[in-house]
Amino acid sequence: MSADPTQTLAFDSSCHLFSGCGFETVAPGLHSFLFEPIWGNTHGFYFNKPMLLALLGSIIIVGFFWAAFGKPKVVPGKLQMVAEAGYDFVRRGVVYETIGKKEGEKYVPLVVSLFFFVWMMNLWSVIPVAQFPVTAIIAYPIVLAAIVYILWVSLTFKRHGFVGAFKNFTGYDKSLGPVLPLAMTIELFSNLLVRPFTHAVRLFANMFAGHTLLVLFTVASWYMLNGIGIAYSGVSFAMTIVMTAFELFIQAVQAYVFVLLTCSYIQGALAEHH
Amino acid sequence: MTHAWVQFAAEKENPLVPPWPELVIGLIAFVIVFGFLAKKLLPNINKVLEERREAIEGGIEKAEAAQTEAQSVLEQYKAQLAEARHEAARLRQEAQEQGATLIAEMRAEGQRQREEIVAAGHAQIEADRKAAASTLRQDVGKLATDLAGKLVGESLEDHARQSRVIDRFLDELEEKAEAAR
Repeated sequence: MSADPTQTLAFDSSCHLFSGCGFETVAPGLHSFLFEPIWGNTHGFYFNKPMLLALLGSIIIVGFFWAAFGKPKVVPGKLQMVAEAGYDFVRRGVVYETIGKKEGEKYVPLVVSLFFFVWMMNLWSVIPVAQFPVTAIIAYPIVLAAIVYILWVSLTFKRHGFVGAFKNFTGYDKSLGPVLPLAMTIELFSNLLVRPFTHAVRLFANMFAGHTLLVLFTVASWYMLNGIGIAYSGVSFAMTIVMTAFELFIQAVQAYVFVLLTCSYIQGALAEHH
Repeated sequence: MTHAWVQFAAEKENPLVPPWPELVIGLIAFVIVFGFLAKKLLPNINKVLEERREAIEGGIEKAEAAQTEAQSVLEQYKAQLAEARHEAARLRQEAQEQGATLIAEMRAEGQRQREEIVAAGHAQIEADRKAAASTLRQDVGKLATDLAGKLVGESLEDHARQSRVIDRFLDELEEKAEAAR
């Protein structure tokens, strides 16, 4: 499946059911995740819609927390209360729960930033006009997963030394006997290569699939809006609304899962290997 | 739609391969968020949360202090009350004892006075009796000598007195009376 940018969104076309026009001409595909640059060209540096949303999202997060925590009060206002609830949820509910209060305090800012960044980028999916989850572009989850990966690996080396870190990565356990080399190889592969990959791709794929579903039902509602197809169109439209609500839930869950895994990796690096 | 874009999109078959400009922008976007939150906003709120915790704990400490004070005052008050009760009981007891002593003393005094009066009465009676006896003796002696003088015919008075006959006679009488008793 290659992305054909000459394909157009259904809204722009008069392509309908029973009008001799196949759904494949309007169906969402990889091209739904490609954006023609707003500025620059594809050979050098360029700027496109997801980038704009990413930067805009950052500004929104900073703006929100600036408004809430810029001049915090001991007796909080409404906005500060909401922001505190979010902050406290990540700090207590995620960091303290997994890493512990003493060791985890240092990583609270990173994990809080990650949570709200991922959530905001996911939220773009259902915000009118934007309507595209930035995290459905693999580059963004990769950047975040890479930051966590680098932190995790360097923490492991710092805490356990070279041999200790190697044992940590390979899950060294003498009692395994003859299968030890095999187990170590698999563990090393799983920890150092698969782990960062799945960490990034889990978020990416969820958002990618979610956006595809939303586009599919939205496009199908328009496509079937012809003759008897109106009945199917209604079902498809209802599904769009249901999926939007479901996506709202998935967006928060994926942000939560992403930071929960982050904390679990950091905790693994800090823990004494067994 | 430019020709270059169409070509780029056609070439980009793998959605898992990230173009470098997107990586750069992604990193910048995250660093903006992390920088502001980690350097300014979260330390801000942490400070306030700590202040709030202290304020709440300070309030609790104050309340505890007030309660302790109230408790001690109550205990003091109770102790004072108990002391006052004890004192009252002691005073009552003392008064009772004093009263009893007073009554006993008065009774003893009364007894003593009664005995004095009785003794004085007895002494008076004895003195009267003695006086009467003495007078009687003289009278009896005189009567006897008078009578004897009349019988004899002459006055024996002076002689009798000198010889003390009458006294002797009366003494004998008394001795007889004593012996007969």
